[in-house]
Amino acid sequence: MQITLKLYAALTPFLPAGAHNNQLDVEVSQGMTVGGLLDAYGVPRRLCHLVMHNGFHIPPDKRDARVLSDGDAVAAWPPIAGG
Amino acid sequence: MAWAGKLLRVDLTAGTCKSEPLNMKWAQDYLGQRGLATKYLVEEIDPKVDPLSPKNKLIMATGPLTGTSASTAGRYSVITKGALTGAIACSNSGGFFGNEMKNAGWDMIIFEGKSEKPVYLMLENDDARLMDAAEFWGTSVWDTEEGIKHKHGDPMIRVASIGVSGEKGVKFACVVNDMHRAAGRSGVGTVMGSKNLKAVAIRGTKGVKVKDPKRFLGASTAAKKVLADNAVTGQGLPAMGTQVLMNVINETGALPTRNHRDSQFAGANDIGAEAMQKVRETDGKTNLVTNAACFGCTIACGRISQIDRTHFSVLERPQYHGASGGLEYEAAWALGAATGVNDLEALTFANFVCNEQGIDPITFGATLGAAMELFEDGVITEKQTGMSLKFGDAKALCEMALLTGKGEGFGAEIGLGSKLLTEKYGRPELSMGVKGQEFPAYDGRGIQGIGLAYATSNRGACHLRGYTIASEVFGIPVKTDPLESDGKPALVKAFQDATAAVDSSGLCVFTTFAWTLEDFAPQIDAACEGEWTAERLLQVGERIWNLERTFNNAAGFTAADDNLPQRLLKDAAKTGPATGKVNELSKMLPEYYQLRGWTAEGVPTNETMSRLGL
Ligand code: SF4
Repeated sequence: MQITLKLYAALTPFLPAGAHNNQLDVEVSQGMTVGGLLDAYGVPRRLCHLVMHNGFHIPPDKRDARVLSDGDAVAAWPPIAGG
Repeated sequence: MAWAGKLLRVDLTAGTCKSEPLNMKWAQDYLGQRGLATKYLVEEIDPKVDPLSPKNKLIMATGPLTGTSASTAGRYSVITKGALTGAIACSNSGGFFGNEMKNAGWDMIIFEGKSEKPVYLMLENDDARLMDAAEFWGTSVWDTEEGIKHKHGDPMIRVASIGVSGEKGVKFACVVNDMHRAAGRSGVGTVMGSKNLKAVAIRGTKGVKVKDPKRFLGASTAAKKVLADNAVTGQGLPAMGTQVLMNVINETGALPTRNHRDSQFAGANDIGAEAMQKVRETDGKTNLVTNAACFGCTIACGRISQIDRTHFSVLERPQYHGASGGLEYEAAWALGAATGVNDLEALTFANFVCNEQGIDPITFGATLGAAMELFEDGVITEKQTGMSLKFGDAKALCEMALLTGKGEGFGAEIGLGSKLLTEKYGRPELSMGVKGQEFPAYDGRGIQGIGLAYATSNRGACHLRGYTIASEVFGIPVKTDPLESDGKPALVKAFQDATAAVDSSGLCVFTTFAWTLEDFAPQIDAACEGEWTAERLLQVGERIWNLERTFNNAAGFTAADDNLPQRLLKDAAKTGPATGKVNELSKMLPEYYQLRGWTAEGVPTNETMSRLGL
């Protein structure tokens, strides 16, 4: 199935080749989780401060349990704030 | 100590400048800057006064820690009755001007009356003089600042001035200092212009004393370490600036787009922090040149940008080719998502013009968004506007920034702000704001708490009066669910009170991504007379909030003004996580009033007033 992986700010360097606008559609196997996807692309967990699944915030302890579906989006940021 | 202990009273009608001792009893109750200047304003003006009448006053105020060695200690605020809102206005600015005022030996300057001719105040330590500003009237902030430094032969002079917009009565004119730092919101620059006051120029060399220098050094050093060790203030903000939020808020489904018709913007990634750091194909450079810091700041979130010289906006305008103040998140949102424009260079150009002529980019962009909706609905046509004003038109954005900055053509109508503009054309429901001031960059449907914070903000819609985004999106200090309204009234109140205290200290509110009041208290306690704990600061904040509220109530605002536009209350978000949601204001507001100790009509009860010593 296809998932849109989005990595921003200091996580940008972990985007796979071919990414455009900080995102790339990637093929993953059924049963893949939010945490598993970030691991698969070598994004260090300690840097993943803000992680969203289809725009919903997923706290660190829920990332391995959250299973992805075809067409979902996962976005991640290091610690950030602004205003 | 920490306070200079005196204020300068400038009577513009009489042309006199007089020194007065600072009311130290009030300083103990209201700390400084926002709180203390509001106390002076409330005591000295009729709340019902026309903001542009000579009877309104304008106060520039520092906090006790302004000019000290604490991190971010360069802040000052401009306090008045706002031209845009008719409510209490308090706009905070960084840069170096506030430090200079404090080092000249003044806690605040109160301007009253109206000068017959354009003047500027020249303040060199104790020496205060009103000078003829005829040669600067009609010129921009940039030319005024350079001209004053040149005239006095001193490049170290710090200047706060208004652009042509403030002279022409554009309702959201700012006071801009150090070329691109602004006391931006609510039309404080419009009030300054109405007094024929073009600029304030200061040179201060006195230094700032604190109560216990050794303890203060220890406390401020420890607090700086907290900022350096924190991933947000130590790394995130200096590297990415506030603009990192563009994609975050878009992903959250709360990026108001095209005058809040939508809450996600397909062009978000083209105008955010990542885009500012992308190498351009045209010239091999990035939009972002470097980051920058205000006086004494160890965070350095500021952006310095340079526009692509091949971009249409500057092809024939070499005066904009240099590096200058770049996009912050709120400005980029207003100039971009609110207008549907995804051209980063056009946004940067419009932002430069906002700085150059002293207009608030938030209200400007949001009002242009409202005008674009009027245009697309056929309510206004090229006959009024002089050009096509469709959503997404980068050229229209640039031209309208130039026109509004000078109050010319249809720019004079944009200069009314969205409330008066949409009323004029019979579509008041298209004004996206509260108490006459436009929303900043977060949609109250996708982030519930900020909707309540907007509705109850004393200076009209504003994120900086209670930045619940910290909790609802970033998880600072604790994560709350942005789509949930339960618990938000208490969150909003806590943020509002703490921020009022921070805004009165002389330090920057961005420190609060790492500091709590427990980090402020030891610094204030070591610097200022009296005992300052986190609890006391919170009470000072609550006192200030209620003082501002009583001013607004006396000015004629009621509970009916603690409201949001129907679009946020009736038209559900169409995409993203907030799909199907509206803001649940009617559920949150009664609980908020109760927590505040206010009646159901939004009036502080006698008990609340006496508890706070009001
Ligand atoms: S954090 Fe940013 S806005 Fe605040 S004082 Fe520092 S540079 Fe200025």
